[in-house]
Amino acid sequence: MATTPAGPAIRVGDLRMNYGRHEVLRGVDLEIRRGEVVALLGPNGAGKTTTIEILEGFRTRSAGEVEVLGEDPEHGDERWRAELGVVLQSWRDHATWRVRELLAHLGAYYAPYATASHPRPHPVDDLIATVGLTASANTRVGALSGGQRRRLDVAIGIVGRPSLLFLDEPTAGFDPHARREFHELVHRLVDDDATTVLLTTHDLAEAEILADRILILAGGRIVADGTADALARQVAGRAEVRWRIGEEKFVRPTDDATAFVRDLLTGPDGAGVVDLEVRRTSLEDTYLEMIRRHEHGDAAAAALEPAVAS
Amino acid sequence: MQPLRLGLARGWVTWRSVNTTREGLANTIIWNALPLVFLLIFRNATIPGTDISVGVSLLPGMLAMLVVFSVMGTAYYLAAEREDGTLLRAKAVPRGTAAYVVGLLTVAVLDVAAAVAIVLVPGLFIVPGVPLGDAGMWLGLVGYILLGLMACVPLGVLIGSVVRSPRVIGGLGFFGITGLAAISGLFYPIAVLWDWVQWVVQILPLYWLGLGMRSVFLPAEAAALESGGTWNTPLTIGILAAWAVIGFVLGPVLLRRMARRESGAAVAERRRQALQRV
Repeated sequence: MATTPAGPAIRVGDLRMNYGRHEVLRGVDLEIRRGEVVALLGPNGAGKTTTIEILEGFRTRSAGEVEVLGEDPEHGDERWRAELGVVLQSWRDHATWRVRELLAHLGAYYAPYATASHPRPHPVDDLIATVGLTASANTRVGALSGGQRRRLDVAIGIVGRPSLLFLDEPTAGFDPHARREFHELVHRLVDDDATTVLLTTHDLAEAEILADRILILAGGRIVADGTADALARQVAGRAEVRWRIGEEKFVRPTDDATAFVRDLLTGPDGAGVVDLEVRRTSLEDTYLEMIRRHEHGDAAAAALEPAVAS
Repeated sequence: MQPLRLGLARGWVTWRSVNTTREGLANTIIWNALPLVFLLIFRNATIPGTDISVGVSLLPGMLAMLVVFSVMGTAYYLAAEREDGTLLRAKAVPRGTAAYVVGLLTVAVLDVAAAVAIVLVPGLFIVPGVPLGDAGMWLGLVGYILLGLMACVPLGVLIGSVVRSPRVIGGLGFFGITGLAAISGLFYPIAVLWDWVQWVVQILPLYWLGLGMRSVFLPAEAAALESGGTWNTPLTIGILAAWAVIGFVLGPVLLRRMARRESGAAVAERRRQALQRV
């Protein structure tokens, strides 16, 4: 194999992308280890899809270093391609084909890249069962529901047993039940095959559930990088204390909620304090704060000081 | 060999799966059976001043037209499958694009084969005077269909790579080819048309494919009705082959350029635009 199993799955340095004079990516740096599940978060237009498409080899970057499974995606050969699984945002293809037919056909492309230790493709019926489409195996693809269609997309993405899987907003348009089933599916896949996964999402809860690590892309740069817990902890120093005295409501941000509350209760108005509430900054608050700063044109500040929330 | 094998397989499954939907089957049968109506109407007429049946003089033109419709069919498939993400899907699997192209050509060939069968089989019973027992007729028929496909299908790839909208291709393509057929000498001699129209028509493959087909179906004396009074077989083959060369050289270049630019964001954007139009 052309890839070096020891190196990281993805290494990106100072990646830049311009469309005309519009800069979408302004120096993205990231590294993803093999077997890691990483979520790329960010508002619409932040460049998530552009980043993923550059990594998949579907888009030519303006500048920067990119290495995916040891190869530059712009020069990746078919053997390299066989190691990738791709689930893009909107696919309506092969509407007249039947589920099993399509999966068997697309799996056949990977057969020449099978080795004794890494058989390819997945047995089709097992895979159909894994994504819960057994009852629909002979249904035409165009007749599937949105959630079924998405599960088929995922099945197609993994039919060649990729070592690296890209999922671009895999659960957009899902109802909560379908979303939960999808999360279980991804967990199962990752546990079984130690697949490296890079997914984009709008949904923080989803990122928290699925990913070992979260990257936030805003203003064309990675502005935060860490586990969901670590990101929340970066701003956990900041908490919000709310209380009421009589009819008057108070809200105060603080770095040390415990000391603040102690002082508040032992202070002159302590006896009148009711409805006391201490709120830790959540991942969502962190995220929204970073996005807010970016939208106020303060991307540099968002990148430099992710730990401070006002 | 793998892209060839998988390409033939995907062409066959695509064609079969489209033609086993009610809509697809209806499209295939209704559009292709339309010429049969004209054959039925004119089955007993003869060309004035000769004893050649009108039906047998129309049949080759109809077959030529069906072959030339593969330009539109191929371009339409390519544009539509680019819009719905099929092409991108092919790009995402190893050696998928090569197999996709083989599949596209396979579907075009199957479409033409079905269309020709739908017209020719009943046509042979409707129209008197087809030289059924003549091996040369069958050889010529198959030969011109293959030459026509080689001239037309790459042209369809070329157009489908440049024109983005399948709706534009479907609309303009249908009226364009139907209109062209009306002035390409398929149904009356082009000598009655203005000189400049004759010139334009004689650059395009449809006129020559029609001429070639007539030389196969009609008796030798019918050549007197053609421009110059001969079948002009060498020039017919030469011009169709020239179109094939143009298509086979430029088609893959434009297709590769288009496929290289294909990405998920592009598919999503076209989907958004397509939905807005509805």
